[in-house]
Amino acid sequence: MPETFVFYALSALAIGASLLVIGQRNPMYSVLLLIASFGALSALYIQLDAPFVAVAQIIIYAGAIMVLFLFVVMLLNAPREDAAEWDRAHPLRHPNIGRFGALLAGLLVVQLAWALAKATELEAPVGARADGASIASVAEMGRILFTRHTFAFEATSVLILVAMVGAVVLARREGSNQ
Amino acid sequence: METYLRPAVIGVMIFVVFNALIMASAILVLAERKIMGFMQQRYGPYLVGPHGMLQPIADILKLLFKEELRPKGADKWLFTLAPVLSILTAFVAFATVPFGAETTFFGLLDEPIKLGVADVNVAVLVVFAVTSMGVYGIVLAGWASNSKYSLFGGLRAAAQMISYELAYATSLAAVIMLAGSLSLREVVDSQAGTWLGFIPKWYVFLQPIGFIIYVIAGVAETNRAPFDFPEAEQELVAGYNTEYSSVRFALFPQAEYINMVTMSAVATDLYLGGWHGPFLPASLGWIWFLLKVGVILFAYIWMRWTVPRYRYDQLMQFGWKWLFPASVLNLIVTAALVLYLDA
Repeated sequence: MPETFVFYALSALAIGASLLVIGQRNPMYSVLLLIASFGALSALYIQLDAPFVAVAQIIIYAGAIMVLFLFVVMLLNAPREDAAEWDRAHPLRHPNIGRFGALLAGLLVVQLAWALAKATELEAPVGARADGASIASVAEMGRILFTRHTFAFEATSVLILVAMVGAVVLARREGSNQ
Repeated sequence: METYLRPAVIGVMIFVVFNALIMASAILVLAERKIMGFMQQRYGPYLVGPHGMLQPIADILKLLFKEELRPKGADKWLFTLAPVLSILTAFVAFATVPFGAETTFFGLLDEPIKLGVADVNVAVLVVFAVTSMGVYGIVLAGWASNSKYSLFGGLRAAAQMISYELAYATSLAAVIMLAGSLSLREVVDSQAGTWLGFIPKWYVFLQPIGFIIYVIAGVAETNRAPFDFPEAEQELVAGYNTEYSSVRFALFPQAEYINMVTMSAVATDLYLGGWHGPFLPASLGWIWFLLKVGVILFAYIWMRWTVPRYRYDQLMQFGWKWLFPASVLNLIVTAALVLYLDA
């Protein structure tokens, strides 16, 4: 029973912090709330008997990526994210964009409902697999990652590379060689 | 040992480690000033107690009675949170560091206990994860103070941490490959014994480059000279802690000293064979552990008072163009050799 209580407390923390990330206007607080949300997620992984995933979550997201986020927010030193005149005239503020976003959000809800409806069919505990091997074992996880999920693994890394190149291309000014 | 005793054992262990870390930070403050004095051919603190031995108590009392100030434009919540976060991560990081073999304390206990607060199977990564969170205390202190010197200190801390964390983690990975385990206790136990009867089987002999990279990156991670850019007193007044006073200020250097202890303890476990050593029985191995940690800590202080600070661009160049490639090369060679020799 205490496990259930801890689960709901951590879930509430994760969801609450995530909502506040977009719900309040100070970008600095947004970054910190996102870290809190990652921390709660990581604790949930420990509850699922997957300490490696939990620690990787902290190292990669909270320890590296969010430091970079924080660095950028500090460098820009934006005190508040207020809707300025230029901001309201931004192309992303066009009503059609909002409608498209609403459509995507609706799609996500449908997908979630579908996935959750399917998830009730799963009987085995999450931490253990059918053949008895646990994802708690780092060696076993590495084996799965490089055999059964090789394509997804490599595709994800290519995706990240594409995003990186895209960011460089977008950030580069036309006509400058530096 | 009956199962109901286990929480009590863990409780005692937490109490011992917590207080040992507090004492260590006090002793390190004194040691730093004494060694600095010795290196600069003077006595160092000499007035409080015999040979100035009680100086840390005087320091703490002085800091406790100072007025706590907060700049007008500071962010109230984050300004208070930052030092707490610093000290919290410093203490938590030591939780998974083992410091001795299984012992019954000469038959005092029915069943042997493992010296160390928590024995986790991914201990190496836990220590790394928690220490990498430590930078938030410094970065937030820099931002929340609403002062330009503090802000620069915080920015530098963030950039430096990201640059040196890569080399740090990559040098760790090479040791993990050799030991074949992510558990610090198993890494230490795989270093038991000797080669040819007199060379201890420490990973420092198999990973000399890795050890050097680990120590350099470790100094950068704990923001010690010659990598103390977040505070760089000649350029930034006191960097991220410029606006802090009293107890809030005291927590930052204390966190730094505790981080030094953790870094040295992990280096001892990974490269210097932990509590394994000659002459002493296994139940007294923690004495070896303390000695090795002490030697590394002395080297830390020694380095601070002999090596001048880098320039900021040199810091970045060194981290990205030398340290990181060297550690990746070290990792590749180690991986190839482990595969080749095992097959």
